[in-house]
Amino acid sequence: MNSLRNRFGCFCLRLATLALTVAASEASSDTLSIGSKRFTESYILGEIATQAAQSAGQQAVHRQGLGNTAILFEALKAGSIHIYPDYTGTVARELLKTEATDLESLNRGLQPLGLGVAVKLGFNNTYALALPEATAQARNVTTIGDLARHPDLRLGLSHEFLQRSDGWPGLKQVYRLPHFPRGLDHGLAYEAIAAGQIDAMDIYSTDAKIAKYALRVMTDDKRYFPEYGALFVYRLDVPQRFPEAWAALVTLEGRIDEAAMIAMNAGAELGGRSFATVAADFLAEGATEPRMAAGDGWLVQLFGPDFWRLTAQHLTLVFVSLAAAVFIGVPLGIWAVRRPKAAQPILGTVSVVQTVPSLALLAFLIPLLGTIGTLPALVALFLYSLLPIVRNTHSGLHDISPQLRESARALGLPAGARLRMIELPLAARPILAGVKTSAVINVGTATIAAFIGAGGYGERIVTGLALNDNGVLLAGAVPAAALALLVQALFDRLDRWLISPGLRG
Amino acid sequence: MICLSGVSKSFNGLRALAPTTLSFTPGRTTVVIGPSGCGKTTLLRLMLGLTVADRGSVELGGEPLTPANVDALRHRVGYVIQQGGLFPHLTAGGNVTLMARFLSRSPDDIERRCSELAELTRIPLDLLARYPRELSGGQRQRVALMRALMLDPPALLLDEPLGALDPMTRHALQGDLKQIFEQLRKTVILVTHDMHEAAHFADEIVLMREGSVVQRGPLDDLLARPAEPFVAEFVRAQRADPRLARTAQ
Repeated sequence: MNSLRNRFGCFCLRLATLALTVAASEASSDTLSIGSKRFTESYILGEIATQAAQSAGQQAVHRQGLGNTAILFEALKAGSIHIYPDYTGTVARELLKTEATDLESLNRGLQPLGLGVAVKLGFNNTYALALPEATAQARNVTTIGDLARHPDLRLGLSHEFLQRSDGWPGLKQVYRLPHFPRGLDHGLAYEAIAAGQIDAMDIYSTDAKIAKYALRVMTDDKRYFPEYGALFVYRLDVPQRFPEAWAALVTLEGRIDEAAMIAMNAGAELGGRSFATVAADFLAEGATEPRMAAGDGWLVQLFGPDFWRLTAQHLTLVFVSLAAAVFIGVPLGIWAVRRPKAAQPILGTVSVVQTVPSLALLAFLIPLLGTIGTLPALVALFLYSLLPIVRNTHSGLHDISPQLRESARALGLPAGARLRMIELPLAARPILAGVKTSAVINVGTATIAAFIGAGGYGERIVTGLALNDNGVLLAGAVPAAALALLVQALFDRLDRWLISPGLRG
Repeated sequence: MICLSGVSKSFNGLRALAPTTLSFTPGRTTVVIGPSGCGKTTLLRLMLGLTVADRGSVELGGEPLTPANVDALRHRVGYVIQQGGLFPHLTAGGNVTLMARFLSRSPDDIERRCSELAELTRIPLDLLARYPRELSGGQRQRVALMRALMLDPPALLLDEPLGALDPMTRHALQGDLKQIFEQLRKTVILVTHDMHEAAHFADEIVLMREGSVVQRGPLDDLLARPAEPFVAEFVRAQRADPRLARTAQ
């Protein structure tokens, strides 16, 4: 029993050290941190910026595939990232809530926040609506205005487009569109339109798949969509703090035209090449024609060079948050039993936390904690872990028979000793079951940590979704599922070690 | 040894015990008897501080029971209940030695006391390695008695200790218990609703009804000089014992 406790203590200590190391590597102050959003083009531009900075001798990391514009903006303001690629129209409408998209007005609006925009890369990636060429001909649709005459066409729009002020709400008003669109992940919408499950979707004009899926892009005849010129949004202290890197980034100005961007997107999405290779090729010789991948087997993909890093990150996320939830959740459960008046508020609160969608919780935690990455992910997982642990501790202790409770008192055991020697061991089984439930759920939930750059197997899932590449997606989903099974087995073993034989049978 | 002065208790406005003053003779066995709901279990729980009296005071060994000393005083009173009193996650031995280990008694003392008690209660030593669910009902009650006696308390309280046993086991344990009580000469207070048990164990009987003590005295007194008709009625209702049957006519 003692050696078991020691072993457990060692394990906890190692996890804590691991967490600190991960956190420290994020916080290092002389590293340029470059963010990107969760779609192919942003990954590639982020990678180009990172490699350009690195070749200028600057230590730089790419925090890739962060959730959405709001998360990146918070991360930039908090200083968790220093620079990321975005588009003039997005900065104007989403971040500044203005119409003007020229650099001067954007910089005027961003300056009070200590931020700025610079380095127009040379291409425009506007939003547009598209539908299959065949449908377009049959219905005679060439402009967005034509769409209003076909209220039966099913629209599948990305979640961000549905919400953005420069997206669906305004578009619907300007063109008087009567449709009720469905929300879809952008990476999945192409599949859906190819399968005939939706008739029209939002696209970015540099998407590689427009040609592949034979879509017709509708003309924006009322000029609703603003200009979306690609550029960098950066913290104003970047040019002084990282002068060599900044000089290298400035040379990218005007170097990528629309054709080059479409080619690079196609290289990643259709050619199966990694973002890093696409970016490296561009920096070496300008954009190149897409070339098919060498055709790595799936197993090679699964055990790719990032496998152990992702595994370590995933384990850290799961077990550090779980350990914290045990240290807080078990005492909360005990408190709820001791003070029946407190029980309902405590159980109610931890239940309500469960109902908050994970992305919403993360988006809420980032400004609160002032950082992206491991810390908010750990806090979110910790909060989700509480309910099973608190509830099982409460019900486990609550269900101990009154005779046993009273026998312990009648022996003259003080309250603390009763809890330690009698009540907790008697409730050990339900408590352990609660911890197990939390652990298994955590393994799954931890995949969303990739949205805010905390890594783990979710990184592959997010990338797979962005690339619409099931191989990459499975290379993340399969190890996550295997880990869930392992965790389950681990706890079954723990049950045998920790639970008295007198309570089995 | 144990004294109650003016102790009373109500639950949700219902009187469980009228103001009662009682003291128990050291070294003797007193049986508290009465029909269900007469307040006999409440009386026992008050003596252990498991229920706090509305009024009056309880003294154990000359010390008034207070929240501050209740745990220490409980070490001087052994307590056995009808069933379910053993902790299922501990072995029989673990249950017996729990308090001695908590109080950091030396392992040698614990072991010596354990074999002494095993002999006294006729529990084979190897049975102590078993968990309660692996023991019979009678064995469990013997182990519970060992646990109650572990710290060698001057007083022993038993609440229906034979209540959940089958007749054969009950008979055997009844005989052994009587012997143990006589041998140890502790202040024993045993609660039951069974007149045979009372007749078997009691040096003195306290008969209760609706929260009050109706009569107190040796069995012969209750039979010969019932304080009120209820006493005779209660005794007559259980006259299967030849001795009771003869006198109740």
